[in-house]
Amino acid sequence: MKKDYSKLWTLFRSMFMLSACTFGGGFVIVSLMKKKFVEELKWIEEDEMLDVTAITQSAPGPLVVNASVIVGYRIAGVIGSLVAVLGTILPPMIIISIISLFYEQFRTNPYIATALQVMRVGVAAVILDVVLNLAGNVIKTKRVLYIVMMIVAFLAAFVFDISAMAIVGVCLVIGIVDVVVTYGRKKKEVA
Amino acid sequence: MLLFVLFLAFVQIGLFSVGGGYAAIPLIQEQIVNINEIMSLEEFSDLVTVAEMTPGPILINAATFVGMQVGGIPGVILCSVGCVIPSFCICLILAHFYYKYRTVKGVQKVLSAMRPAVVALIASAGLSILLLGLFGTGVRDIVVSNIKYVELGIFAVAMFIIRKYKVNAIAIILGSGVVGTLIYAVMGMI
Repeated sequence: MKKDYSKLWTLFRSMFMLSACTFGGGFVIVSLMKKKFVEELKWIEEDEMLDVTAITQSAPGPLVVNASVIVGYRIAGVIGSLVAVLGTILPPMIIISIISLFYEQFRTNPYIATALQVMRVGVAAVILDVVLNLAGNVIKTKRVLYIVMMIVAFLAAFVFDISAMAIVGVCLVIGIVDVVVTYGRKKKEVA
Repeated sequence: MLLFVLFLAFVQIGLFSVGGGYAAIPLIQEQIVNINEIMSLEEFSDLVTVAEMTPGPILINAATFVGMQVGGIPGVILCSVGCVIPSFCICLILAHFYYKYRTVKGVQKVLSAMRPAVVALIASAGLSILLLGLFGTGVRDIVVSNIKYVELGIFAVAMFIIRKYKVNAIAIILGSGVVGTLIYAVMGMI
């Protein structure tokens, strides 16, 4: 893996902007990271971004922080991780520090409340755009197993409120079984 | 001294907030309200409201808020850094092994089985936030006639622009906030 320190500033700036402007949960910001690092900068591959997201489920802490540690590591090693995490945590630190001084006014301001409410649909548009592309690519694999897993996982998360960690965990087990079965079959053919 | 205790409290919270986001709230409450008595339960619920209204992970938001109340800027830095230290270390190790073994065939296959799940989880998060935007309530309490037409219009336009012109995502998000607020203001609904 080659490390590229010239990318550090862009890495910091990108994570800072994403973190400053993204409301609502880890999976939201991950879809924005995908847009930035995969589509725009072409630093990492789409599959890699999905892998990273899955891996973050096996670590504690906020998904965004975990994802930025791994993406940062990929771009520039441990220094990259530090830079990416700094970019991720600085905006909420700055914003909350300022707000905590007069949060009563902030909480009751009708303009802020309206802007935050409307921004949600903007965020939704961005995510659904990413989802359309990603789901298309899963369908393009033409593996029925993967397509069924995607649909079932969606229902599990959206309808039944099952935790992301559990869903990824179950898919991990299915993946391992899949490998064992394929390997077993090949062995039999050889024998 | 109190700052050091807080720092350790947030390291613990960071280490045990498995499952991210809202899983962290009861842990924070335990440490901040019950054990260390830094905030009252009422102040804590204000904190959760503000953390929901602002960007960034709820854990960092909470750490910053508590840090600021107790020790100003140094408090902010100690608490926020404290809560990311555990995930930072663990993810570095995970990243190391991922990039070492991801080209191994078996590993690749296991990883590709997890990708559809991630796509589904992103889709679920996206739909939830869309419904929250269009109806102002969670999935369970939706009344179709309560749909907000301004938000619906903005969503349609945003979706069209992003699919057709590949505009920067942040521009779309901030743009919808500004345009929506202007529309509500002109209509005299704020």
